[in-house]
Amino acid sequence: MKTMEVEQERHVLVIFPHPDDEAFGVSGTIAIHTGRETPVTYACLTLGEMGRNLGNPPFATRESLPDIRKAELKKAAEAIGIQDLRMMGLRDKTLEFEDDQKMMDLVTDLIHELDPSLIITFYPGYSVHPDHEATARAVVRAVRAIEENKRPKLHCVAFANNTLEEIGPADIHYDIRHVYDQKMDAMKAHISQTIWMLKDLESGVAQEGSELHDRFNYEHFWTYTFDENDKVSEIK
Amino acid sequence: MEPILPDKVQELIDRFAGEEIYLHLETTNGAYASHFNEKFFSAGAYIRNAKLIYEHGKIVGDGPYRVGLKLEIGWVYAEGLTHYGFDEDGHLLMAGHDFDGKLAVALQIGKTPFK
Repeated sequence: MKTMEVEQERHVLVIFPHPDDEAFGVSGTIAIHTGRETPVTYACLTLGEMGRNLGNPPFATRESLPDIRKAELKKAAEAIGIQDLRMMGLRDKTLEFEDDQKMMDLVTDLIHELDPSLIITFYPGYSVHPDHEATARAVVRAVRAIEENKRPKLHCVAFANNTLEEIGPADIHYDIRHVYDQKMDAMKAHISQTIWMLKDLESGVAQEGSELHDRFNYEHFWTYTFDENDKVSEIK
Repeated sequence: MEPILPDKVQELIDRFAGEEIYLHLETTNGAYASHFNEKFFSAGAYIRNAKLIYEHGKIVGDGPYRVGLKLEIGWVYAEGLTHYGFDEDGHLLMAGHDFDGKLAVALQIGKTPFK
């Protein structure tokens, strides 16, 4: 695996559905951009209202979780220097049932307003959670509607079990070890969601080469190409 | 949330009987169940702010508990309930937390809609 330099961007737009999606996969990359004073907007579509980690004995309820996760999201955004955090007010686990045009328009409006040179989101078809998939489809549709030479770059996160065999390895690898502390702070900010993983990390299972070790040292993206690999349907 | 005290919860269920209530019912094994175990059959159901009236309700079992609500022409029930409590609006929250501290089921009743 060959790592590369993070390119200088005009504006980075990050779109994910859940508080903590940004921390796991891309917080190192975000920290690198914000470290250069590149504007980064994070549009977080839901508050992760349906999170299941409530503890036993419980530390939260179905009703108190959204406020807890909102506070965690703000803290995580601060840890990695995000200046423009937007909570878009949709509801966890409902995105695939939303009106597809409305989902696409939400992304289109953000693009028109911010004119990003790079958008970061999930890879459609390879991001496991139905909300991830619905988000990815909305982003792909919005970007695809833009004239080809005016499209922002689209870097996607994929982690489905069949990713490697179907779309191959990521084409972008960043070494994020110099922003390790910021990524760790972002992960810790989402403590209601990450406590189990952080416990594993402290117990020393994150040996060189393990998935957990990799997560804190490198970040990987698949560049989305609007060619025969583009499997996102038009809105019916 | 506190571990369920069946007598206490029965009293609370009785308090909402015969009145128009808003109901939240959810079962879930999480969106990642089939990702971590491809042989796992993922299933769940969710209803939020269903408006209904139940004639009577009952909590049964030795823990985890089951709660059933009898409607004029139907039923609502949930099983696997371990904890109960209230939110800031005074809604009755009942939930089943599994051995790893993950929510598996929730049944919630209130006189005003859930947010």
